[in-house]
Amino acid sequence: MIGNILKKFDDKFLKTEPRTGKLYAVSALFDTPDQIIHAAEKVSGAGYKKFDVLTPYPVHGMDGAMKLKPTGIGWVAMVAGMSGTTLAFLMIWWMVGVNYPNIFGGKPYFNLTASIPIMFELTVLISALTLVGSLIAIYMKLPFNANPLMDTEFVRRVTSDKFGIYIAADDPKFKLEEVRAMFEELGSSAVSNIHEAEYDKGKTNNPLTDKKFVGALVGTAAATAMISYFVLNVLLFLPPFDWMHRQPKVLPQTESKFFKDGWSMRKPVEGTVARGFMPYEFKGMPDSMVVATPNPLPVTQKVLDLGKKRFDTYCSPCHGFYGKGDSRMRGQFPVPPTLHSQKVTNWKDANIYHVITNGQNTMPSYQSSISRDDRWAIIHYLRVLQRSQNAPDSDVEGK
Amino acid sequence: MDYIKKQLPDSLTKTGGILLGFGVIIMGLAFIFTPQRAFFDYLWVYLFLVSIAVGSLALVALEYLVGATWSTPFRRVSEIMASMIPVLILLAIPLFFGLHDLFHWTHTEVVETDAILKAKSPYLNVEFFAIRTAFCLFLWFLFYWLITKNSEKQDIDGDVKYTKRNITLSTIFAPVFIITITIAAIDWAMSLEPHWFSTIFGVYYFAGTIIAALAATTFASIKLKEGGYMDSHLGNDSFYSLGTLMFGFNVFWAYIAFSQFILIWYADLPEETFWLIHRWEGSWKYVSLALLFFHFIMPFLILIGRNAKTNLGLLKFMAPWMLVAHALDLYWLIFPTLFKGSAAFGWQELSFPFIVIGLTMIVFKMSANKKNIMAVKDPKMEAGLHFHL
Repeated sequence: MIGNILKKFDDKFLKTEPRTGKLYAVSALFDTPDQIIHAAEKVSGAGYKKFDVLTPYPVHGMDGAMKLKPTGIGWVAMVAGMSGTTLAFLMIWWMVGVNYPNIFGGKPYFNLTASIPIMFELTVLISALTLVGSLIAIYMKLPFNANPLMDTEFVRRVTSDKFGIYIAADDPKFKLEEVRAMFEELGSSAVSNIHEAEYDKGKTNNPLTDKKFVGALVGTAAATAMISYFVLNVLLFLPPFDWMHRQPKVLPQTESKFFKDGWSMRKPVEGTVARGFMPYEFKGMPDSMVVATPNPLPVTQKVLDLGKKRFDTYCSPCHGFYGKGDSRMRGQFPVPPTLHSQKVTNWKDANIYHVITNGQNTMPSYQSSISRDDRWAIIHYLRVLQRSQNAPDSDVEGK
Repeated sequence: MDYIKKQLPDSLTKTGGILLGFGVIIMGLAFIFTPQRAFFDYLWVYLFLVSIAVGSLALVALEYLVGATWSTPFRRVSEIMASMIPVLILLAIPLFFGLHDLFHWTHTEVVETDAILKAKSPYLNVEFFAIRTAFCLFLWFLFYWLITKNSEKQDIDGDVKYTKRNITLSTIFAPVFIITITIAAIDWAMSLEPHWFSTIFGVYYFAGTIIAALAATTFASIKLKEGGYMDSHLGNDSFYSLGTLMFGFNVFWAYIAFSQFILIWYADLPEETFWLIHRWEGSWKYVSLALLFFHFIMPFLILIGRNAKTNLGLLKFMAPWMLVAHALDLYWLIFPTLFKGSAAFGWQELSFPFIVIGLTMIVFKMSANKKNIMAVKDPKMEAGLHFHL
């Protein structure tokens, strides 16, 4: 059935014979590979240069029969292939090494191992495309997009079950009667003249700019794009899996329909204190403290490590990693003074604790985000910073 | 066709005998002084002989299977190469005395305390191992015997029915070969490191066997042609496909080797990476690099051109090259288990070339004495002899 449809399509749109252009070649069909080898030997032996053989599958011994010289196409493939390798190498190197470095599986940004498959594939792709491109360029003589042999009975047969040979009309030794007689004598089953197709007169001769051709090209592109879009975005569309997003839970800042007062979050039960968040009774300026509590934590490596971690997390964005007031906020938030000033150095631990807990000026309170012990650990670490950043010369050994 | 049977010179047996004797003496001394190392050398020799013999039988089957005509003049050479298979059965026996030296998983007291080995023990145990070895050797011998018998009978009357029978046999042998060579690779080479995981190992060894068999057939055919033992019509074009297949399977080998490497490298799982790390430690690094260059990159560049494959002088050079490369490949597979940290090549390993070359020469000569070196009445022979590109 499909065959019939295609045949109707062929008859309607592709039927180009009989053609009226000038003679392009004389072709002959043969039934067996032996006959075509014999014919090729005879034609090349008679001194014809512009002839070619077309067979449904590679016939061994044809190169010798046609007296073909070794071809340089291998070098074209080689150069194209190596360009593909280089191109892939540079592409991967630039993409993952320079332009968008990302860590995949703990591997280096650019690494050869992961690039080799791409290099291999681009080698094959570029050389294959170049070979197909050169075939089209040579055989169809770009910018033309067709060879006069196309859409003829001759080519239809040599692509299925017959072996064909043709001699081009612009061969210096070409004489129509002689050639036809030679093919008949060789036992050809069908000798035919192939004419060039005549394009619409008065218009450009270049079929690439033919309106029908360009229209068909654009139409195909548009149809392909639309079909792909439809298939990928409508037919095959699956909504993203958001099951984890849609769950019965309380989101921040949302009103509760469950509790009478409309608050989603509950207030602590009266008279209770959350672990690690002992209430702090003093307010006002740091010096207004009544009792100066000593730092309850011992100075150990563990405490200092904890202090450094918390300091780097909560304090360093504004105060800087060394407490010098070199903010990393780049002016998006007021820059605080240095922690190495006389005032802060002389403060008792309790004063600093007071500031962290209550905040001061534009510095907010950290009471709810840093636990009580962590605050004391930060103070220990801050003392270390103060000592290390203001070390006197006498600390240096051998002075 | 003007082929006349000529006996191969007796010097082949003499030289082969001397080489083999020399190799056996070295091997014997190795067994006395360093028994464990000697068993590894023995395994190396054995696997190399398996590669050539079973790979050659696969080439014979492949010809029948695809109906190739170009390879018909060389088919008997491959058959003679495969006549090592009966010898392999005898050579397998000493391996069983060295199971404890070779294979970690044979130590039952270790397996008891090792979770991975315990989980693998239904497959990796001595009884099942022996059964599998016998199974592989039996099938190889059976198909070798059936296929070559038919091929030799055809020399008498040229009946097409023998070709048809062999096509049927080859069709059955194709899956049998794939399964048995995978079993052989896993049992004899991969289980040296029983903790390791790789699902591509069988294919890796298979690629190597085909390269070795092609190289052996190519080298022997060129030597026979030069000596005038083959038909005078056999032209250089017929050798083209031998070279092409050698080139193609070499690329296939590299493809498989890299596939194995990149998956292990990407996943970075300790139970897989240690195998490659052993092959990158100390001087093993240079063996690995040598394998890359010697087995793949250099042969690839040398053999890529069309003219290289019809140039018999070059092929005669490249075929032994690929055999040496396959020997290096097997060395790289087997020996890191024994030489941890750095590669070693001592007098014990010299037994490998002597035994392999000597034994191959003797078996080849003895097998070739009894039959024609070309399948004289094969219906495809005329087409094969007059093959042109």
